[in-house]
Amino acid sequence: MKGETLVFYLLAALTLVSAAMAVTTRRIFRAAVYLLTSLIGVAGLYFWMRFEFAAAVQIVVYAGGIAVLIIFSVFLTQRAGDDMPAPPSMRSIAAAAAALLGLGLVMLQLVNHNFPTPAVAEVDRSVSAIGRRMLATGDDGFALPFEVVSLLLLAAMIGCIVIAMRSKPSQP
Amino acid sequence: MMEPGLYHMLFIGAALFFIGIFGFLTRRNLITMLMSLELVLNSVCLNFIAFNKYVWTDKLDGLFFTVFIIAIAAAEAAVAIAIIIHLYRSHGSIDVSSAEDLKY
Repeated sequence: MKGETLVFYLLAALTLVSAAMAVTTRRIFRAAVYLLTSLIGVAGLYFWMRFEFAAAVQIVVYAGGIAVLIIFSVFLTQRAGDDMPAPPSMRSIAAAAAALLGLGLVMLQLVNHNFPTPAVAEVDRSVSAIGRRMLATGDDGFALPFEVVSLLLLAAMIGCIVIAMRSKPSQP
Repeated sequence: MMEPGLYHMLFIGAALFFIGIFGFLTRRNLITMLMSLELVLNSVCLNFIAFNKYVWTDKLDGLFFTVFIIAIAAAEAAVAIAIIIHLYRSHGSIDVSSAEDLKY
C-alpha cells in the first residue's frame, strides 16, 4: 500500500471519528474541541487533493475563526465542566434511524451512478491564477459574487453589533 | 484497500452530512446545534472540491463555491452566536426548549 493511500485513510478516520464524537459527547467543551479536530481533518483532505488554497482558507476561517468563536460562546454561556443532559433514547434512536436511512439512500444512488472521468489536463490552481479568476468580469470570472460576499460580511458585522448590543433601560 | 478516488470522497462527504443531521436532531443546546450545522456545511464543501478534482478538472468552479460557502458560513456563525448570547441574556439559558415565547 502506498503512503499516500495510508494518509488518506488516516485523514478520513480522523474526520469521521471526531465528527461522530462531536455530536455524541456530553461535555460541550469537548464537543467544541472534537469539532475543531474534524475541521482540521477536512483541511487535510483538501491538502491531500492538492487544493492548497481551499485548505488554507479552511484552516484560517474555520479552525482559526469559527472554532474560537464557538469556544468563546461556550465559556460565556455554559458551565463547561458540567455534563449536558442525555437526549431521550427514543429521540436518539429515531435520529440515528433517519441518518442511517438517508446515508443508505445516498450511497445506493452513488454506487449506481457512473461519473465521467475526463482526460483533460488539470487547470492551473496557483493562488495568482485563483486571484485573477476571482476578480475577472468575463464569462469565467467571479467578480460579482466576490462583491456580494463582501457586502454580506459587512451586513453580518453590523447585524452582530446591533443584535448583541445591550439595550439601554428606557427612561421613565 | 482500494486506491482512494471520487467515490471515497463522496462517501466521506455523505457520512459527514448525516453525522451532522444526527447531531442536529438529537441536541437541544443551541451551540451544539450550530456545531452540527458546521459539519453539514463542511461536507458540502468537501463534495464540491471532490467534484472539482475528479470530474471537472479543467475548471475552478468547485473551489470558488467552497470559498464562498466558507465565507457565508463565517457570517452565519457570527450572527448565530450574537443571537445565542442575546438569548442567554434574556432567558438565562440557551436550551431551545426554554425559548418558546411564540408557541402559545
